[in-house]
Amino acid sequence: MYGFEAMTFNIHGGYLEAIVRGHRSGLLTAADYNNLCQCETLDDIKMHLSATEYGPYLQNEPSPLHTTTIVEKCTLKLVDEYKHMLCQATEPLSTFLEYITYGHMIDNVVLIVTGTLHERDVNELLEKCHPLGMFDSIATLAVAQNMRELYRLVLVDTPLAPYFSECITSEDLDDMNIEIMRNTLYKAYLEDFYRFCKKLGGATAEIMSDLLAFEADRRAVNITINSIGTELTRDDRRKLYSSFGLLYPYGHEELAVCEDIDQVRGVMEKYPPYQSIFAKMSYGESQMLDKAFYEEEVKRECLAFEQQFHYGVFFAYMRLREQEIRNLMWISECVAQNQKSRVHDSVVFIF
Amino acid sequence: SLIGAAIKAPRITSKNLISVIFCEAVAIYGVIVAIILQTKLESVPASRIYDAESLRAGYAIFASGIIVGFANLVCGLCVGIIGSSCALSDAQNSSLFVKILVIEIFGSALGLFGVIVGIIMSAQASWPSKA
Repeated sequence: MYGFEAMTFNIHGGYLEAIVRGHRSGLLTAADYNNLCQCETLDDIKMHLSATEYGPYLQNEPSPLHTTTIVEKCTLKLVDEYKHMLCQATEPLSTFLEYITYGHMIDNVVLIVTGTLHERDVNELLEKCHPLGMFDSIATLAVAQNMRELYRLVLVDTPLAPYFSECITSEDLDDMNIEIMRNTLYKAYLEDFYRFCKKLGGATAEIMSDLLAFEADRRAVNITINSIGTELTRDDRRKLYSSFGLLYPYGHEELAVCEDIDQVRGVMEKYPPYQSIFAKMSYGESQMLDKAFYEEEVKRECLAFEQQFHYGVFFAYMRLREQEIRNLMWISECVAQNQKSRVHDSVVFIF
Repeated sequence: SLIGAAIKAPRITSKNLISVIFCEAVAIYGVIVAIILQTKLESVPASRIYDAESLRAGYAIFASGIIVGFANLVCGLCVGIIGSSCALSDAQNSSLFVKILVIEIFGSALGLFGVIVGIIMSAQASWPSKA
């Protein structure tokens, strides 16, 4: 029953919700970002970060520091927090937490397959995988030659197995097909996650549907923009759009026939929430689109914390942390390459 | 919620135990009313157990117990939920503690109303005099 979850939520979820809210208070604020933007070297960044919650993770790093090390350690912190929460969770919260990582698993699978195609070393690829998306037998992905083998050898044991039924073809893996495979998998994952949240009901269903719908719409727009000018047919494009979200189904029909960015903008401006995003960009500019989408996503995720007794806070927290890590990576890269003026181009403040 | 939030903000532990104590207070109301009710109980001679007066007295005592039980059950749930929000918001911003405590006090008044009504109901339960 919506409205009565307060009576029983705390029995199983109260401890973890309190932990997540405690972690959220440790996210970097605008003041922290201002300090970091004024750093001259990576050592300065390390010094500033050691005053925040990242301290214990960075203090043992010898200088000279690399940007990838900073990002790796921050990701490690996120992974530790996630594993701690996963250990303590019971059903259905543990399933929910696992769903959050399937997106990373899909990315890892695609990374390894692409790398194998380009004859890279398996160990090198494994190091580049996102730690939240690791699963056993991931290394054997390197030996697969086409999708059917991929499925049969490796993926049938993983939680991603049901998503592959939509994209098993006998075609061999090549660059174009891999991107299509990635997007098809992600579409199946989002729809599965959406159904799962609806089944949970109550405040979780409401808040998560909103966040997932925004994610689905954002991916639809990105697919459209990236496939303008490629040989992806309109039907193929339409198959990659998820079947929920604000744009479903009429927006998808219109997006499928778009041929350039201005047409995309025309379609999106019919939907009030996205109109404000597209209004921030002047005509012909698409670099700022990513940042505008990230800002909107961060705003919605902060709103998820306004309500208590639902699982949306876990999803929102993981996403906010990932955004913070992206910010830190951008700031470190700008500082390392001495392009301080571009720092504010891509940093999204969370508070 | 108290345990989880205290990991990041250990200062909240002692103040937020008040919420837990409010919950215990409603249990004490139950004990008090049970003691009061048992002093009201009397045995009635067999010839008079179906008289209107004795039926009324019996039902009054029964109703008093049910009222106090349900009122304090709901009050306990209410105080617990508010106490959880109180712990979480105190961990983020300590000026919020007293404000949410006021809400919690209003919530615990529900249990008190139940006890008052229960005592009024049982006070006028008079058994027929033995005749």
